[in-house]
Amino acid sequence: MSNATQLLRFITAGSVDDGKSTLIGRLLHDSKSIFEDQFSAISKTSAKRGMATVDFSLLTDGLQAEREQGITIDVAYRYFATPRRKFIIGDTPGHEQYTRNMVTAASTANLVIILVDARKGVLVQTRRHTYLASLVGIPHIVLAVNKMDMVDYSEARFTEICAEYLKFAAQLGLTDITCIPLSALVGDMLVERGDNLDWYQGTTLMNLLESIVIDYDVNTTGFRYPVQWVCRPQTEEHHDFRGFMGRIEAGEIAVGDEITVLPSGRTSRVKEIVTYDGKLQRAYAPQSVALTLKDEIDISRGDMFVRNDELPKVAKEFEAMLCWLSETPLDQNRKYLIKHTTRTAKCLFSGIAYRVDVNTLEQHAAAALNMNDIARVAMKVQQPLVFDSYTTDRATGSFIVIDEATNNTVAAGMIA
Amino acid sequence: MELAEKERMTAHTFTHLDALESESIHIMREVAAECKNPALLFSGGKDSIVMLRLAEKAFRPARFPFPLVHIDTEHNFPEVIAFRDKRAAELGERLIVRSLENSIRKGTVVLKSATQSRNVFQSVTLLETIAEFSFDACMGGARRDEEKSRAKERIFSFRDEFGQWDPKNQRPELWDIYNTRVHAGENIRVFPISNWTEMDIWQYIERERLEIPDIYFAHERDVIQRPGGIMPVSELVQPQSGEKVVRKTVRFRTVGDITCTCPVESNAKNALEIIAETAITRITERGATRMDDQTSDASMELRKKEGYF
Repeated sequence: MSNATQLLRFITAGSVDDGKSTLIGRLLHDSKSIFEDQFSAISKTSAKRGMATVDFSLLTDGLQAEREQGITIDVAYRYFATPRRKFIIGDTPGHEQYTRNMVTAASTANLVIILVDARKGVLVQTRRHTYLASLVGIPHIVLAVNKMDMVDYSEARFTEICAEYLKFAAQLGLTDITCIPLSALVGDMLVERGDNLDWYQGTTLMNLLESIVIDYDVNTTGFRYPVQWVCRPQTEEHHDFRGFMGRIEAGEIAVGDEITVLPSGRTSRVKEIVTYDGKLQRAYAPQSVALTLKDEIDISRGDMFVRNDELPKVAKEFEAMLCWLSETPLDQNRKYLIKHTTRTAKCLFSGIAYRVDVNTLEQHAAAALNMNDIARVAMKVQQPLVFDSYTTDRATGSFIVIDEATNNTVAAGMIA
Repeated sequence: MELAEKERMTAHTFTHLDALESESIHIMREVAAECKNPALLFSGGKDSIVMLRLAEKAFRPARFPFPLVHIDTEHNFPEVIAFRDKRAAELGERLIVRSLENSIRKGTVVLKSATQSRNVFQSVTLLETIAEFSFDACMGGARRDEEKSRAKERIFSFRDEFGQWDPKNQRPELWDIYNTRVHAGENIRVFPISNWTEMDIWQYIERERLEIPDIYFAHERDVIQRPGGIMPVSELVQPQSGEKVVRKTVRFRTVGDITCTCPVESNAKNALEIIAETAITRITERGATRMDDQTSDASMELRKKEGYF
């Protein structure tokens, strides 16, 4: 692995029955990312449980309760690398609380592998996973048709499953989908092509993971720069230094560019782009930098710099898709806190337009929201937010809701 | 054109180290902006040395908006303690050291023997230090690839007023919008390098030309071969009857309490050679070097529930 290696974050969706753990285990094993002491520990535990083969799910089941009960209760992150890329896998359990965990893991993913069992084809849960992937806006989808060895490596069966899946995905407006036939157990089409799928001309899973374009900047909104921290050293050397620190969430910026500070609407020009490693002429998403401006204007954390020809919305009211994460249901009479980019404000829910049944995708009227519910809601915020729709910019279209009484994160939202 | 600029312009590729670095800077700035009284835990070990460079990247030309804190077991490697003090002085940052000895004197830590591993008791002194300074957030250099229970821990990991971690009741963490809110008396442990691996750390040390304590590089040392690994001979670790002291060329992959940190045999004399070794090693970092993690499958998780960072 060289310093030019890139980073890809992906998640896997599917149940244990679909061979998810086997798939992850094999990716790790075949890329030599399982260490001997880990392998010996899970081998011992597998044997203790009377299993004939090594149970790779033990690698990701990190907590005592999980190992004791053989369940997975949370998102675990796994790391592996090939000479071409470094990977972070968000591994989500496949049963209850699934929506909450998958939405959490999906929120930082560039790619999702949706597993189906070739014998069973597209199931309700396949649709649910796909809907959640589209809701959270994961740029790339891989349909992994697993257990091809159980259907005699039938091309017809693969084609049939793909056709049904693509038809469903098209309804959700999803276009970037790669279908791969594979057998995680045998190892066909994961890292090696194997000898059983000669009719398949496409890529192996690993090759796809290593070569797919990582869109740091899929957003079409232009420059977005939420101010995180105002740097005022107040030392002799840097007496007048006033750097607005943050991470470029979308687009790029160059010295001399005119910017508008929102929500105030004041304008200035970029004087310098400052980093620890020296000043830059131009910077891109997702770099963390500090900007200094030509004019002294009042700016604080929570403000956003944009370019004048690419304005986001500034409003106190909007609609959003909401995933309720808390065991305590939404109470429409209460005020909550919203954290959006670097701004936190009081908010309330003025209405629930509908709740989505994640299995059928039907919309239902709803008076309350419970854990794992997904709904379209109307919200009011005490201060104006500077935002884009989530589909155009994940960073400026996403938010979390916090219950002030418990300080828990109770919902995740995507602005419509 | 300055060098940094030239590199960006010609490549315009954002490497995995760039991505990790930018994420860590973003996390540290969120802590500075949202927490009332944060601290950065600095031990002089390689991960916390990387943390300091990231803090420089996040906050220079200003000083860090938090002090450095070290919980000293007084069973640390002297080279590492010397390095700790030197680095803090070079940076011109405030270093707070609190010793486990204080907790022993106060009676809040009771040891079974003088040579017992003190790692587990760091939690007590850490919690006492958090209370003394009313820290509401402590940034630490733990990584998710280190250990199974760490793999499940949030970047912003909430602890109750007893400093305890409840793995089954963690706050959901979405996108990179972090919930930093705590009630009085509670605090948050923040792990800005959660997503880094051992390899990333070494590549970053190499890229940034970071100075680290010499004991990370191959050197000759008297050691004792024990079932769990090779133990460095020190005042605290002496050969038992039947054990033989041998001189070996070793380096430390991790640096912790001297009574439970084992070196590995190695000839790697610089970061590049360590990267080459790390690329082909077949044993995990903690598996090879930490006696305290080998006691049970869940030892780290149990310590974290007690307030360990």
